[in-house]
Amino acid sequence: METVGAFQIFVGALARFWPVWLALAIVLSASFLYRKKLGLYGQLFDSGVGIAGVGICFFWLFTALFSAQIAPFNPLAQVAIMKDAMPGSIEPSSGQVYLFGGDKLARDVFSRMVFGSQIVLIIAPTATAFALMVGITLGLPAGYYGGRIDSILSFLANLVLAFPVILLFYLLVTPGIMDTPIPYGLAGLFFLFPIIFFSALFWTRFKDRPDRIYLLLALTLIIGGWIYAGLVFDADPLGIISIRPNQLNIFVAVVFASSPGVFRIVRGLTMDIKTRDYVAAAQTRGESPWYIMLWEILPNARGPLIVDACLRIGYTTILLGTLGYFGLGLAPESPDWGTAIKDASRLLRSFIHPALPPTIALMSFVLGLNLLADALREQSMKD
Amino acid sequence: MLSFIVRRLGSMVLTMLCLTLVVFFMVNLEPNLRKLSISQLDMRSSDEHIESWLVKNGYRDNFFVRYGRWLGVVQKQPYTDPATGQTAPRFSYCNEPAEPRYSGILQGDFGCSTKFKTTVAAKLFPALGATGMLMFWVMITMVPISLLIGILAGMREGSRTDRGLSVASITTTATPEYVSGVIFTVIFASWLGWLNGSAASATGQGITFYNFTLPVMTMAIYGIGYIARMTRASMVEVMTQQYIRTARLKGLGFNRVVVSHALRNALIAPFTVIMLQFPWLLTGVVIVETMFRYQGFGFMLVEAAGNNDIDLLLGCSLVSVLVVLLTQLISDVGYAYLNPRIRVQ
Repeated sequence: METVGAFQIFVGALARFWPVWLALAIVLSASFLYRKKLGLYGQLFDSGVGIAGVGICFFWLFTALFSAQIAPFNPLAQVAIMKDAMPGSIEPSSGQVYLFGGDKLARDVFSRMVFGSQIVLIIAPTATAFALMVGITLGLPAGYYGGRIDSILSFLANLVLAFPVILLFYLLVTPGIMDTPIPYGLAGLFFLFPIIFFSALFWTRFKDRPDRIYLLLALTLIIGGWIYAGLVFDADPLGIISIRPNQLNIFVAVVFASSPGVFRIVRGLTMDIKTRDYVAAAQTRGESPWYIMLWEILPNARGPLIVDACLRIGYTTILLGTLGYFGLGLAPESPDWGTAIKDASRLLRSFIHPALPPTIALMSFVLGLNLLADALREQSMKD
Repeated sequence: MLSFIVRRLGSMVLTMLCLTLVVFFMVNLEPNLRKLSISQLDMRSSDEHIESWLVKNGYRDNFFVRYGRWLGVVQKQPYTDPATGQTAPRFSYCNEPAEPRYSGILQGDFGCSTKFKTTVAAKLFPALGATGMLMFWVMITMVPISLLIGILAGMREGSRTDRGLSVASITTTATPEYVSGVIFTVIFASWLGWLNGSAASATGQGITFYNFTLPVMTMAIYGIGYIARMTRASMVEVMTQQYIRTARLKGLGFNRVVVSHALRNALIAPFTVIMLQFPWLLTGVVIVETMFRYQGFGFMLVEAAGNNDIDLLLGCSLVSVLVVLLTQLISDVGYAYLNPRIRVQ
């Protein structure tokens, strides 16, 4: 079998990423030029850490978007002759190079890494968004009202937090559990929160302005209900939104594991902010409690919440990797990074090349998010 | 203080009851019971066979009765053969006597492991000992290193040392155990050949530098960054305090100020963080023990979960929840003890 040298592998890999470099160049230079007008996002470009964080995150975002253009092979295709091929081996029939070699099932490691980014970048940010919705919707009243609501919700949150994450996953993400109504019940519960959140958000602000409120509420309910039907009941009338049962299961488990953390942060922030003067002013004006929570407290808690969201996407990525590493939930042939690390780490004694690309990919993505969070924290401290 | 601890202990017991009930519910779901009976019988058992096995071993009794039996508030019943009327123990390999008796967690009986064919206690405590050994070495390496990094970085905020160490600690928080484990194995076991990529021999032949360094390193690295960052934040805050400036203006040297004025106050916050790190280590233990084949608590938990070994899984969750809650309690009490301002209030 013919191979190419290390230098050619390096150049070849860089060249395969050409759509990403192009998009990165456009977005980063535009952001850098107009950074004065872009608010918090623009301020990130003032520090090296911020630029590195934004750069890495965009790199993986564009990789996920342009996966089909970047990857030379189908991530699931097995070319028998390429089993455990060394990096740089040339696939005879197409003449393309297995840049990072082949794994034990003769699939291209490079293509699998590229397609793995899609799975991670779809699940991790959306699961974090749902966890944020759940945490905010429950944390605001717990912190604002205190008393019994707070005790009950805090007890429940501590209950979930006291559960070792790994045990929770073993119980919640086994294949058998999909036969029971538990994942669907939990999904039905969690996916209700965004609808409640946005309805309350619009209702408290615009309830005296009929021209806007009906439109906004109708939009929330239609879009929310549509997504809800698609995700929970798999009954999307248009057939656009659907999710496989095992993915729903993972999604639910990840949201379940990370929303108590958000809850605790939101609750603490709310308890802090509710003693401020502008909250007292709003109370004197006679605003409703939910208006104060959603339009006075929440916007002022956004700084720490944005930082936490960045860290949490990284943490969710790590959780997804853990699930993959233990072979829970995701399909065995799925190209996600955790599953790839699991497959490769069993064979480390004989071949190391299939192990390195997914580990470095996962590490760099989480590192990018952590750097971003750090830069955001620095910026919010300056204000 | 005493009433605070008593109240905390009370809520701990309630939390443990709730959590074990949830675990009990999950492991007794129909698909999980099926998995258990198939692993106990054989792959091709018919549905009637499975059903009769479940009935015979009491898995079809009322849910709360069975939870009560596990707790030890309801009597455990031996198996009675309906044809002959003779009683026999349910699982002979656990030396269960053939008469009804109260024997649950409250009586100190953890039950019977169906996977390992022995009592849970015989399996659980040696495994906990092995994991305790791992934890001990992880703490020994992790705590001093991370405190040192944090103090060095926080001593002079914004300096080159600070930036370098901060980026390094951010990097380690971005490497979960399954990533650093692979990378370390590749470097130290495959390329350099200095260390053993498996800790399986540690159980039988004892712990050596050769077989135990990789697991300890892998586990410590993820925590180091986090603790170091907390220490740094706390150190930075202390260094801006008035009394530090006073000490400097008094003419004390910088090193003297750091060691005798700043250090003690800066170490209060990391103490809580280190205590709260234990639950995190629990997940790390599972990953590291699976990866390096070290026969400890995490390894056993994976085996128990994979085979739906009900009593063993319940024992594992009880232990891990206890660890989490106890460390929370210790961190709260210790924080009050270390911080005089809170103690007086």
